[in-house]
Amino acid sequence: MVSGRLFPAARLGVLILVAVLVLVPLVTVALGGFKTMGELRTNPFGLPALWDWTNYGGILASTVFWRALANSALLSAATVFLTVSLGLMAAFAFAQIRFLGRSFLFSYFLLGLLFPAATAILPLFVRIRDLGLLDSYWGVILPQTAFGLCMSIVLLWGFFRQLPQELWGAAVIDGCGYGGFLWHVVLPLSRPILATVSVFTLVHSWNAYLLPLTLLNSSQRYPWPLAIMQYANEYSVDWNLVLAFITLTLLPAVGFFLLAQRQIVEGLTSGAVKG
Amino acid sequence: MAAWSGARRREAVQRNGLAALLLSPAVLLFTVFVVLPMVEAAWYSFYRWNGYGTPTQYVGLRNYWVLLRNGVFSSALLNTAMVVAVSLLVQLPLALGMALLTAKRFMGVNLFRTIFFLPYILGEVVAGLIWRFVFDDSFGLSHAIAAWLQVEPPYILADPDLAIYAILAVVVWKYFGFHMMIYIAGLQDIPREMQEAAAIDGASRFQQLRQITLPMLAPSIRLSVFFAVVGALQLFDLVMPLTGGGPANATHTMVSFQFVFGITRMDIGFGSAVGVVLFVLCVGFTAAFRRVLTRRA
Repeated sequence: MVSGRLFPAARLGVLILVAVLVLVPLVTVALGGFKTMGELRTNPFGLPALWDWTNYGGILASTVFWRALANSALLSAATVFLTVSLGLMAAFAFAQIRFLGRSFLFSYFLLGLLFPAATAILPLFVRIRDLGLLDSYWGVILPQTAFGLCMSIVLLWGFFRQLPQELWGAAVIDGCGYGGFLWHVVLPLSRPILATVSVFTLVHSWNAYLLPLTLLNSSQRYPWPLAIMQYANEYSVDWNLVLAFITLTLLPAVGFFLLAQRQIVEGLTSGAVKG
Repeated sequence: MAAWSGARRREAVQRNGLAALLLSPAVLLFTVFVVLPMVEAAWYSFYRWNGYGTPTQYVGLRNYWVLLRNGVFSSALLNTAMVVAVSLLVQLPLALGMALLTAKRFMGVNLFRTIFFLPYILGEVVAGLIWRFVFDDSFGLSHAIAAWLQVEPPYILADPDLAIYAILAVVVWKYFGFHMMIYIAGLQDIPREMQEAAAIDGASRFQQLRQITLPMLAPSIRLSVFFAVVGALQLFDLVMPLTGGGPANATHTMVSFQFVFGITRMDIGFGSAVGVVLFVLCVGFTAAFRRVLTRRA
């Protein structure tokens, strides 16, 4: 047995080592954005000798950066709204209403959890093109929603199922229909699970790459993962510019993570993803 | 009696109608954009088709035959298998270790958890670009180490033999925090009394871990194995910014192979065949995994 006094010190040492390994690339990139190309070559990991704001300033003044963020915000907001609201309606029906074919339909959605999205990507391209939605926002939003729905339904259903039956009885006595019950009783109670589902859908669609890459052509509609890849290929020799661009796209994600940390961690630890 | 059953029938019709109303948007989207494309992938994989008009040139199993004899696809399969292996043998033990070290409350425990989890929320593309810089021969880590040793810096990502190991390292870096969170959740469900009782009975830390913690953690380990394998089989976004499948097509995964040889070349039949292989592996793994588990239980 490791002695009682040695263990905390050893543990701290290991944790700090791993934390440094995790953080070094991130800090290097953020600092690299402040350096000139010459300094980047001689001093890639240290603090910059001179804090050069022109890389960051130039990107913040460019339309490419803001357009990519706006596209991502639009695509993600629409995907989250649709995934959560359609998932909510379906999960409510599965959990609270007895109807014909309920268990069959539920298994149908469960299947979706197994499907790898890449399998569908080529037929999806053909379908989106035939619908005339290629290179449009809707052409990305609708498939993204469809792929997110299964998880959203399963998570929300797991929550709705646990609501006590007496709630519904009380709502009926108060003259509530299903609609009123959903709106006045279920929705206010399910804020935490709605937050968890929204956060996961948001992270997923904010970072999505394969689907928009296949379904969008024109760079004016690119969300940020596509825009940054294009930027990195265009300025592949000017690493300091690319690093500044990377850092600026990281900021919203990191800021959001610190804000929504509770939802994310609770979602992962409360058994929400255990199904 | 007749009136009563009439009212009841009307109520049942209403219930079913409402359910249909609530479910139809989800069913419609899911069917049109997920299920039908999966079925179509199987159908298209028997055709040679560039995507225009309707598929008419039936080629039977030719796409699969070509795929099986394609050296790049074999190496993509091997690479994918390596990602699975490293996920299970390096990433999960690391995640478990970090979970055990941060399971008990102490000063700064949340800071460490947050730092370890941070790479998971970054986009795959940006994580790949960050590491492309770290691996860069004239700027990054290998440049610094080589300069210190006064040797010519290797460009790991341009070396067909080494590049895949760089990708494997990034996979571990990016995802171990996610698995750590799953384990932390599992550890929180283990009753404290069990560990205290074992400690009183004189069990060492190691014995406690083997006899109590690991068996009690089995559901979390199963879940994390499932996510690790299914995620590894579909790895794509990280590969594109790091190597794009190169150099000399040495670092493709199944999906990057599908992207380069199926999607960018609009070879819909061939690309769909790759998708079907991926589908069979994912669903096959899930079925086998569940089978093993239910047999053991």
